[in-house]
Amino acid sequence: MKILVIAEHDNEHLKASTVATIVAAEKLALPIEVLVAGYRCQAVAEKVRTLAAVSRVIVADHEVYQDQLAENLALLLQSLSSSYSHILAAASTFGKDLLPRLAGLLQVSMASDIIEIVDANTFIRPIYAGNALATVSMHDAIRLLTVRSSAFNAAITTKAELAELSICDTVYALEKTKLIKRIESKSERPELGQAKVVISGGRGLQNKENFALIEQLADKLNAAVGASRAAVDAGFVPNDYQVGQTGKVVAPDLYIAIGISGAIQHLAGMKDSRVIVAINKDAEAPIFQIADYGLVGDLFKIIPELLAKLP
Amino acid sequence: MKVLVALKRVVDPYVKIRVRADGSGVETTNVKMSTNPFDEIAIEEAVRLKEQGIATSTTVIALGNVASQENLRAALALGIDNALFVPCDDMLQPLAVARILQQIVVREAVQLVIMGKQAIDDDNNQVGQMLAALLSWPQCTFASAVKILDGGTSVEVTREIDGGLEVLYAQLPAVITTDLRLNTPRYASLPNIMRAKQKPLTTITVEELAVPTQTAFKVLSVAAPKTREAGIMVDSVDALLDKLRNEAKVIA
Ligand SMILES: Cc1cc2nc3c(=O)[nH]c(=O)nc-3n(C[C@H](O)[C@H](O)[C@H](O)COP(=O)(O)OP(=O)(O)OC[C@H]3O[C@@H](n4cnc5c(N)ncnc54)[C@H](O)[C@@H]3O)c2cc1C
Ligand SMILES: Cc1cc2nc3c(=O)[nH]c(=O)nc-3n(C[C@H](O)[C@H](O)[C@H](O)COP(=O)(O)OP(=O)(O)OC[C@H]3O[C@@H](n4cnc5c(N)ncnc54)[C@H](O)[C@@H]3O)c2cc1C
Repeated sequence: MKILVIAEHDNEHLKASTVATIVAAEKLALPIEVLVAGYRCQAVAEKVRTLAAVSRVIVADHEVYQDQLAENLALLLQSLSSSYSHILAAASTFGKDLLPRLAGLLQVSMASDIIEIVDANTFIRPIYAGNALATVSMHDAIRLLTVRSSAFNAAITTKAELAELSICDTVYALEKTKLIKRIESKSERPELGQAKVVISGGRGLQNKENFALIEQLADKLNAAVGASRAAVDAGFVPNDYQVGQTGKVVAPDLYIAIGISGAIQHLAGMKDSRVIVAINKDAEAPIFQIADYGLVGDLFKIIPELLAKLP
Repeated sequence: MKVLVALKRVVDPYVKIRVRADGSGVETTNVKMSTNPFDEIAIEEAVRLKEQGIATSTTVIALGNVASQENLRAALALGIDNALFVPCDDMLQPLAVARILQQIVVREAVQLVIMGKQAIDDDNNQVGQMLAALLSWPQCTFASAVKILDGGTSVEVTREIDGGLEVLYAQLPAVITTDLRLNTPRYASLPNIMRAKQKPLTTITVEELAVPTQTAFKVLSVAAPKTREAGIMVDSVDALLDKLRNEAKVIA
């Protein structure tokens, strides 16, 4: 049997989370094929063809797939699915939207957000905000999985000889949904899910203007900026900055939490970071229980001092 | 338009959970339970649609143990018109939940389903999308704004996505799943809590619905994750920078 990985992309660039999904797929030791569905997405397909782990790339290039809405993609995947024992996507908002819909069409179960592959039928996934790990077994003919990228962060090798390329002409054009617009948060900083360093701010920053301190610190360290739910709810930063159980899950080399108390839901999104630093004026804040280095004090004094002392 | 809201009773989000020593799951006896917070947001949205005259009736449904009826009563107190209770002691898999909801949608001629994007216990984030697929309806997941258009024939939903926000147009009927910032749920007033006692709460059994609830998915065991050892406290910015440079070696 074979594995199908669904590529996530913007018709030009492949998302790093797809690479992590391929790294996960490799653990199943079966041939890996990748579906690139989009419009004018050849550059993405060519990129995927260079990945050593990939044996074949299937391209579905059509206007109806331009915005990669779940309805049409799920139907396309359903039509391709019978050749595969496993279909994988990243546990991003794209994968979380799409794969359960495919599962509904195929009438099979799926496992969300897996962090470990035990064998072809057995997977480990966090439940209760990562406070418990469930080992699950799946016995449908097709196993559908979304993959937590931060758990499969390995380098992937490329090869000179390109993977086989197939064209898929099947077009599904349900007209029931239409994308009106995407409002992407633009940033020159590294992507939150991929950054080696993440600096996150919480309610302790008090307002949007003060949150600029976090951004200045991030720029010094070439870091991505994250936030607690409280900071997002209060409008200091956009929703896509939220780290946590119901936001993004990150595991950088260095995570610095500033003015964040360390609620269970926040910890769920960052506790697998390699080194955690907490800066908080309350010595009893729960964030200190998981921090490697804790500094108690006023962030409005500490951040300026850090800015002055960092090159 | 008839609106259906799904509600799951879950361990309260602020409880520190404990994994059972025998690996059979998470301890839920004598643990504070709540309505899944995302479903509270769904309830609020449905009540607002009713208040705006867009929804003609609102129904809330829970699948679960008898105690789930408390959560249904609470939803009625918040302004939902009537409640359906499907008793089941075993936790059902998302596909089974979606199949049951599908039956209810058809029976009750529902035109809009609003439900949480994920239950905060199992964190699956699946049921809404599965239900939409089973019904061949559009899905608008992770909603942070909902605007019903054209006299209730379509909807415009703002979605929270990894890259920012997305505005999606969908024809109704549809399934909407809620994200955190869709609204802030209200509290029930005492008179409404009293009034809710008179509102209809109907029980329907899984057998009556004749839905297959078996799935080829099993939870084999549940374990506690490795805990992180607490680190050290430093007393100054200089000490912190020294540690990060020379001990952890994570900054230059
Ligand atoms: C269903 C649900 C889902 C959720 N999902 C998420 C999620 O994905 N991510 C998430 O983050 N949260 C999530 N939450 C919210 C979570 O429970 C907390 O409410 C939130 O994380 C708190 O954010 P905070 O730490 O910024 O704010 P607070 O808890 O208010 O903490 C602020 C901290 O700042 C410190 N502080 C204040 N002033 C200063 C100063 N001058 N100097 C230094 N320190 C200072 C305080 O001591 C305090 O510890 C969720 C909650 C629910 C119910
Ligand atoms: C330790 C453990 C072991 C388990 N073992 C098994 C097993 O062996 N076999 C098995 O089949 N299942 C088992 N389950 C149950 C199963 O994992 C979940 O209960 C089921 O997957 C529902 O997923 P969810 O609520 O996370 O769905 P999500 O997709 O995250 O839920 C999204 C939304 O769906 C709606 N919804 C979900 N459930 C209900 C409900 N009951 N009533 C009304 N609305 C609902 C809500 O609106 C919710 O916001 C087990 C669960 C645990 C914790």
